[in-house]
Amino acid sequence: MENLVEIENVTFGYGARPVLKGINMTAKRGQVIAIMGSSGCGKTTLLRLIGGQIKPSKGIVRVAGQNVAELEQDGLYRLRRKMGMLFQFGALFTDMSVFDNIAFQLREHTELPEEIVRDLVLMKLHAVGLRGAANLMPSELSGGMARRVALARAIALEPMLVMYDEPFAGLDPISLGVIGNIIRRLTDTLGLTSIVVTHDVQESLKIVDYVYFISEGVIEAEGTAEEMRASGLPFVHQFVHGEPDGPVPFQYPAPPYAEDLGLSL
Amino acid sequence: MIAPLRVIARLGRYTLNGVSRTGFAARFFLAILLHSGTAFRRFGLTIREIYFAGVLSLIIILVSGLFVGMVLGLQGYETLETYGSEEVLGVLVALSLVRELGPVVAALLFASRAGSAITAEIGLMKATEQLSAMEMMAVDPVARVVAPRFWAGVISMPMLAALFSAMGIFGGYLVGVVMIGVDEGSFWSQMQAKVDFGEDILNGVIKSVVFGVAVTAIALFEGYDAPPTAEGVSGATTRTVVTSSLAILGLDFILTAFMFRGVS
Repeated sequence: MENLVEIENVTFGYGARPVLKGINMTAKRGQVIAIMGSSGCGKTTLLRLIGGQIKPSKGIVRVAGQNVAELEQDGLYRLRRKMGMLFQFGALFTDMSVFDNIAFQLREHTELPEEIVRDLVLMKLHAVGLRGAANLMPSELSGGMARRVALARAIALEPMLVMYDEPFAGLDPISLGVIGNIIRRLTDTLGLTSIVVTHDVQESLKIVDYVYFISEGVIEAEGTAEEMRASGLPFVHQFVHGEPDGPVPFQYPAPPYAEDLGLSL
Repeated sequence: MIAPLRVIARLGRYTLNGVSRTGFAARFFLAILLHSGTAFRRFGLTIREIYFAGVLSLIIILVSGLFVGMVLGLQGYETLETYGSEEVLGVLVALSLVRELGPVVAALLFASRAGSAITAEIGLMKATEQLSAMEMMAVDPVARVVAPRFWAGVISMPMLAALFSAMGIFGGYLVGVVMIGVDEGSFWSQMQAKVDFGEDILNGVIKSVVFGVAVTAIALFEGYDAPPTAEGVSGATTRTVVTSSLAILGLDFILTAFMFRGVS
């Protein structure tokens, strides 16, 4: 299978603090890839690098063969029309109805007549099970519904790549399963490539083809879901089994406890 | 680091911050102008914002205008009567409004009514990643969200100022002519004779256009630059009102100095 996204030796930092250190990663067409790691390990930064919102300080990010950092705004915007992104809390436009949110890109980027826009929007909404919610405003949706609407919006232009930033965060168990299923199903039926950034191990291992574990800005482990479940690496083990202490310490670095409490003799 | 050095370091940091923010503001303003195509090609977007910024500000503008005019009528009559020249009350009311109070007070009200709303809206759109989402959908937020709001503000401001002045003149008429009994004929005819279209009205319109540019640009910039947190947005909203009020008064002085030099 052909690689849609290639990340070669990418380093990136906000200011002096390096967030990513020499990351190598590929996503093949038609796959669901998961990027896992504890909060603040640079997972979202990776998505922003792929989307071209930030540029790597070293290394290359290629999407469909194009070096994202070298594109001018026109080229970048052309590429982004083929990308969808699901933001952590949906990022729906709060001044538009659900329908208009999904129609947004169709109206901005195509000259389609309004009847066809309507049909397309209803089809996308049907795919996420929310055709009946077309006329609601985003403020009237539950968290899980908002996530599904945002998902429908992300696939409105039938992209080749969809990126999901924490699609499972803050959802109830039913919505969790629903979102996971939809991601898998859309990837298979529309022939997409999906990159899921998440720290929800159990839910994502059910649906992904390949997993990357990131810690402290480097890839600690990678492999298929099966390999990860069976992995003996201490970090992966701690993560997959949700143990509070291990290679990732419970305590944020601090001076010795006794000294902080003034107990040192 | 020893104390005086720290003071110097802090001074340097503030200066650098100030300079870079000013630079960013200038680039942002330029970007608005460069990306204004959409605001005019799809004028519906701008009209929608004119409704939010302009039409919804009408009530406060009209009511304030009426009261300001009524006060002018009372105060003006008091003073003019001492000199036996109460027939020029209409001139006094009209000139004060058209030259100064109309543009300035309407702009101050606009800054606190519409400017703060624009900042809060843009700031929240940024905080909830709506602007990022738009960028990821290959739609430029400056062209789609910022520029239509800018032109809506610039278009609304002179109209609001004109309505403020008209309402104020009506208020002056109510108090001066209807309540106190100044001669109606001289109230209007003196006004008609003494208020010059180019010198007074047009200059007032120029002022309000300048204020409209300043207030809207400040409001949009503060929103766009706001840190994506609750305190960030609330701080930005406050800064919009404070900065644009000061800008209005400062610009008013400069414009007045240029416009009404040597006019009797």
